[in-house]
Amino acid sequence: MSDVALSIEQLAVEVEGREILHNVSLQMKFGETHVLFGPNGSGKTTLLMAIMGFPRYRITRGKIVFQGKDVTGLPPDERARLGIGMSFQRPPVVRGVKTRDMVAACLRGKESEERIGELAERADLTDFLDREINYGFSGGEIKRSELMQLLAQRPALTLIDEPESGVDLVNISLIGELLNTLLEKDCPIPDRKCMGLIITHTGHILDYVNARTGYVMCDGVIGCEGDPHEILATIREKGYEECIACFLRRDKGG
Amino acid sequence: MADKKIAANKDKARAAAAKPAALGEDIDLGTYVSSAEEQPYEADPSRLPDKVKQQMLDAGVILDDPSQRAGTFIQMDNAPVHSSIREEGVEVLPVSQALDKYDWLSDYWWRAVAVNTDKYTANVELNQHNGYFIRALPGSKTVYPVQACLYLTKARLAQNVHNIIIAEEDSELHIITGCATASEEEAGLHLGVSEFYIKRGARVTFTMIHNWNPEVAVRPRSAAIVEEDGLFLNNYVLMKPVRSLQTNPTVICEGDNAAARFNSVLVADAGSSLDVGSRVILNGRGTKTEIISRAITTGGYIVARGYVEGNAPDVKGHLECRGLILGEQGVIYAVPELKGTLAGIDLSHEAAVGKIAEEEVEYLMARGLTRDEATATIVRGFLRVDIEGLPPALGAELQRAIETSEQDLM
Ligand SMILES: Nc1ncnc2c1ncn2[C@@H]1O[C@H](COP(=O)(O)OP(=O)(O)OP(=O)(O)O)[C@@H](O)[C@H]1O
Ligand SMILES: [Mg+2]
Repeated sequence: MSDVALSIEQLAVEVEGREILHNVSLQMKFGETHVLFGPNGSGKTTLLMAIMGFPRYRITRGKIVFQGKDVTGLPPDERARLGIGMSFQRPPVVRGVKTRDMVAACLRGKESEERIGELAERADLTDFLDREINYGFSGGEIKRSELMQLLAQRPALTLIDEPESGVDLVNISLIGELLNTLLEKDCPIPDRKCMGLIITHTGHILDYVNARTGYVMCDGVIGCEGDPHEILATIREKGYEECIACFLRRDKGG
Repeated sequence: MADKKIAANKDKARAAAAKPAALGEDIDLGTYVSSAEEQPYEADPSRLPDKVKQQMLDAGVILDDPSQRAGTFIQMDNAPVHSSIREEGVEVLPVSQALDKYDWLSDYWWRAVAVNTDKYTANVELNQHNGYFIRALPGSKTVYPVQACLYLTKARLAQNVHNIIIAEEDSELHIITGCATASEEEAGLHLGVSEFYIKRGARVTFTMIHNWNPEVAVRPRSAAIVEEDGLFLNNYVLMKPVRSLQTNPTVICEGDNAAARFNSVLVADAGSSLDVGSRVILNGRGTKTEIISRAITTGGYIVARGYVEGNAPDVKGHLECRGLILGEQGVIYAVPELKGTLAGIDLSHEAAVGKIAEEEVEYLMARGLTRDEATATIVRGFLRVDIEGLPPALGAELQRAIETSEQDLM
């Protein structure tokens, strides 16, 4: 078996009748973390939603193969049970459902008061367990709550939408820490199994996680792939315009 | 009771005997019988048949182990079959006995509820079948709730009960009442008048669980008068089928800083028609209210009403009505109403009716729950009652009662 664990092949995704992603391909090996850059509205969240399997993000061409299995037609719950998990950028409030219930659901049969308490402590959300999920949560609290749920779920592939946006400096290190646990940073690289695909605008998260590959998404296609630090430096220096221009030059030339 | 008073009530009742109710389908009282066989008194209610005890238990009335209850009252059809107390400071009696015992009780009779409200109140006066009298003595604080059960066994009976609840000054009283029917299909009619008098500084929590059957019609007529610094907390749970139920209890916060809170959980399946409201009149300065109702239809028709009226300075009221339509049929009609009669009051409402948000289902599915599990979790959350001011043990019991019925929903 090849060590490619996630393979996205020429994916096209439509939202409300409009094609947002065109021909997106990427591959990820066991233990790797990749980051996704790109201007607002370029399709980053759409890609994550399509990998998670939300029906509103309709895959019209291409396929998603996860750990050797074609998951393209599977609903989100089946993908979750196969080991795909997602941290939402704007998760919905679910009235009456407590944070505790969400963590318990994520633990799926292995739930115990102790384990839930332990996870909450790690995410500094002990006082939130009995609050309705996401109801009145601040931006940073939402991020921590999403990561706490993922820590309970322990997916092999974690999809994370902007973990650092709207988060203060103290919280970002806590979020980095939670992410590293999720992505097994302490585990020697050859033994690492968990993977991450992280959307970031600022790149701050690169200070915490060990990302191997970066992509720039422009207008629904992956325009560039390379070392994430290098990409970040280019974007910082020249902005996305240059990325797009570079991509267009290469596209014409190729 | 003074003969003159009795005669006056009867006269008013007779004059209103054909007066239709302001709301709800008009019930033809002529199709029901008004007398039933006597039922023997049972000193030890744990000796009642298991099936009866189970039906009462489903309505929150525990007969096998009354150690968690301050007192018990049971009425079957027209006859009180048991009344007892286990804690000092509280009285529990059939209302007929209480009227004989206390002359002053006539001052409370038809004071919060008008006898000529409609033909149902009139009928209760003209064909009265007892009811309960529960009173907390001044300053008394019972730990456990008093429980009362009104049980309907005879087919086509119109059960006419008149209950009086008095919480004397600075007392604290918790009541659980369950209503149930013996038969799962026999027609019946329950007419229940309940008058609450909550004196200065007293706190009353009243939790009512209704388990009727698809042929029963129900017309409760309740009102409460709350004096200065008093609190009335009213919880209502109706999750089992019923043919037609209409009620619109009124709380008048008369004294300064009095407060009232309503929490209702309603479920209507196909064939059930509910019209359930809560009305609070804020007459005292600084009075407060919060009305929260949650309604689910799986095919039935629900009118969820709320009405708050502010007539004094510094009053505050909030109405929240949420309705969930599960499945393709069913109607929820939310009617939130606010009336303010002077400046400096703060009344607000929010109402939302719809189906389960797909986004919420998918959020839970992304955590690995199947669509059905996700839906069940959201419905359970919707019905969750965290009632401020309710003792935790009572809250847990209420939650359990709701969860038992929830299983029928899924
Ligand atoms: N549900 C939707 N309905 C209509 N259009 C949508 C929907 N979701 C996404 N889009 C559109 O698809 C495009 C890509 O959106 P997406 O959210 O994937 O961008 P993004 O790269 O994550 O942007 P940002 O950095 O602002 O989060 C946008 O033009 C957006 O308006
Ligand atoms: Mg986005």
